[in-house]
Amino acid sequence: MSITNLINDWSRYRKGAEEGGFHEYEHQWAMVVDLNKCIGCNACSVACYAENNLPVVGETRFAKNQGMHWMRVERFWDEPDLQPYVATASNSLDAWIEGNPPAPRSALKPSNPAPIAEGMLERDGKGFNEQFGFHGTKSEYQDFGGSFLPMMCQQCHSATCEPVCPVAATYHTPDGLNAQVYNRCIGSRYCSNNCPYRLRFFNFWSYYEDAWPEPLHMQLNPDLTVRDKGVMEKCTFCVHRIRVVKDEARMENRKVKDGEFATACVQSCPTSALVFGDKMDPDSQVAKLWNAHQVKQGPYKQTKENKELRGYRILEGLNTDPSVMYLERVREV
Amino acid sequence: MKHIDEKAIDEEIKWAKINEDVLRHMETPRKAYWIALATSFIMFLVGLTAEVYQYRYGLGVADLNRSHMWGLYIATFIFWVGASHAGTLLSAFLHIIHAEWRRTIYRFAEAMTSVALMTAAIFPMIHLGRVWNLYWVVPYVSDREIWSNFRSPLVWDAFAITTYLTCSLTFLYVGMIPDLAICRDNARGWRKKLYVVLSVGWQGTDRQWRNFRKTYMTMACFLLPLAISVHSVVSSDFAVSLMPGWHVTSFPPYFVAGALYSGCAGIMTLFIIMRYFFRLEDYMTVNIMEKLCKMTFAIAMVWTYLILAEFAAVWYGHNQADKEVLLAKFYGPFAPYFWAMMFLAVVLPFTLAFQRLRRNMAALMVLSILFNIGMWLERWMIVSPTLSHAYNPESWNMLWPSIVQWCIVFGSLGWFGMIFLVFCKIFPMVSMYEVKEMVFHQKKDLLGHKHGHSHAGSGHVVGKPSVEGA
Repeated sequence: MSITNLINDWSRYRKGAEEGGFHEYEHQWAMVVDLNKCIGCNACSVACYAENNLPVVGETRFAKNQGMHWMRVERFWDEPDLQPYVATASNSLDAWIEGNPPAPRSALKPSNPAPIAEGMLERDGKGFNEQFGFHGTKSEYQDFGGSFLPMMCQQCHSATCEPVCPVAATYHTPDGLNAQVYNRCIGSRYCSNNCPYRLRFFNFWSYYEDAWPEPLHMQLNPDLTVRDKGVMEKCTFCVHRIRVVKDEARMENRKVKDGEFATACVQSCPTSALVFGDKMDPDSQVAKLWNAHQVKQGPYKQTKENKELRGYRILEGLNTDPSVMYLERVREV
Repeated sequence: MKHIDEKAIDEEIKWAKINEDVLRHMETPRKAYWIALATSFIMFLVGLTAEVYQYRYGLGVADLNRSHMWGLYIATFIFWVGASHAGTLLSAFLHIIHAEWRRTIYRFAEAMTSVALMTAAIFPMIHLGRVWNLYWVVPYVSDREIWSNFRSPLVWDAFAITTYLTCSLTFLYVGMIPDLAICRDNARGWRKKLYVVLSVGWQGTDRQWRNFRKTYMTMACFLLPLAISVHSVVSSDFAVSLMPGWHVTSFPPYFVAGALYSGCAGIMTLFIIMRYFFRLEDYMTVNIMEKLCKMTFAIAMVWTYLILAEFAAVWYGHNQADKEVLLAKFYGPFAPYFWAMMFLAVVLPFTLAFQRLRRNMAALMVLSILFNIGMWLERWMIVSPTLSHAYNPESWNMLWPSIVQWCIVFGSLGWFGMIFLVFCKIFPMVSMYEVKEMVFHQKKDLLGHKHGHSHAGSGHVVGKPSVEGA
């Protein structure tokens, strides 16, 4: 914000102050994560490591929670009384696509006991935990009944990280992205403390010194920098890919087409659980999904009349207005 | 109960003796002074080593992690900013309300203010990832028209602390000018040269005294709201954020009360130390200590009320995330530190209600240090439990600060002690001219008491500059 800009565009800033938020987006890059489809394979996470020059920090540092996984798949174990999700004719994806949504959940009755048969996971008389060297308690490492939550920077439209940065190293772009300027960052780490999702990652060490020993440095992505210690970083929605496609589109004097490119995680998801696109483009898959599930961009928590709509955004009640919509996992209760 | 003389100071003390005693403290302190100075220096070296190590290898050596981006550094930062507040309270506020007993002890309290702020100011630097770019926080004019982010409480912090440091140093210096002139008249060698420059030609003329009084009072009136605003700004580092346990409306007054509390406890500690090191028993009397204890007790109760009010607000507000942070303090992994804090900072001050304890220096030394440990724990309990138990359960974890963090916190104590003790050696730590006024007024009051109020019409000189030959 320069003084000249401020004077010239005063009315625009006034509008922003009165109505809140930014209104002149060129694009609104957004994502949809279908938790029904996520199998927790972590391919997205691996792709992100490869694409964004993320350092593999090593076991000790990872155990200290200093890992740099911009894209992570969070695992939550189920409550003991929840049964595992089993696709049936009535709740399968095919049924959804054919226009036969499952019966209201209230109509579902508790299903039969767990379909994993007695001894199914046992081998040589050992239980699952013993076989795979998990020595935790039963509740820590269950045999089944986990759920996965792929988490990347939610690119909030009223992001909590932005106002607290003392040097404005993180700001909102006209693309609807929450940008992080590495060169400007001084490492006060306030943004990360204020991120309710904990999706910002700090270079606690000079990772380049040992993360890519000799031949491995050839794998680094030349489109991105390698960050040194003392800098905050986070998922950018593969902003370098966005830039390339936008430049091409401008050269050819056209709009960016939906599906012209995807972020690394979306590209590598084997079950297409992740969908990426421009929400401003009404024909994009993302916009259609957001509309179908009646999730609107906006800072407030949205209550939907139809309980069967699965769309929600994480910690919506905090009014962070994220750009990532999650589709609730359906299971028998 | 045996009768206790309430006099703040023996009024029969001669002005020449005041000069002599105070000037002597700068030349020949007890041997304990040198031991303390050496200890502080060693502690400082420990901290410096840790900081150099951290500078070389990055903040990873502090064992901070994805959830705990802040740790002891910020907690200790708040602690030192807090410690700087009581000096202003003593010197500015008590000056404005004409509390006589402050006069013998306000000088070192003010010095403590400035030195504590200098200590506090290094913590935001230590904790930065790229400290060499620190100046970006300051809104300076550059060709690229890039400014700091004025919405960020960290920028407010930078403004608040630099303003407060400048003002408190100026206030300290201005209040010291008449004394520096006395030093000038009695010093030899390098001290003479220093005091000649610093005393800016003070001669003690009527006009100089008048201007001095006005300046001093104006600065006191300016400094008081400034001090309150500074810790309010520091509290907004937390209150402005979204995190459970930080997003608390009552934080500004709560922080200010906590700051005054820990600052008063710090002054009690330094009171006893200075009194012993520099043989100032005639000036820093037990009666003054008792008044200081009463003030500390009152402030401790205000703070206790505010901390309980905060718990109540969280409890009845029934926000699940806030409540979980509170419960994590009550019986989670932080419980030992939390309850230690509650005992040291909430329960222990009640001992100050006993007069025998208020007049026992050895006991007060231990108590005041315990209060400050309690208040330090309180700051840690503000910073860490919230980071451990924020919104995303995936990122919940417990952090035990690494040895590097502890060394730097330890080293900051050494840095404080080092600067403070050197400062004491160079500048008079008891305000000579104010003590003379105090003696004068006390004597006059006693005379007035003896002879009724007969002299009130004629020789009434209260409020007029009374130490011109100083």
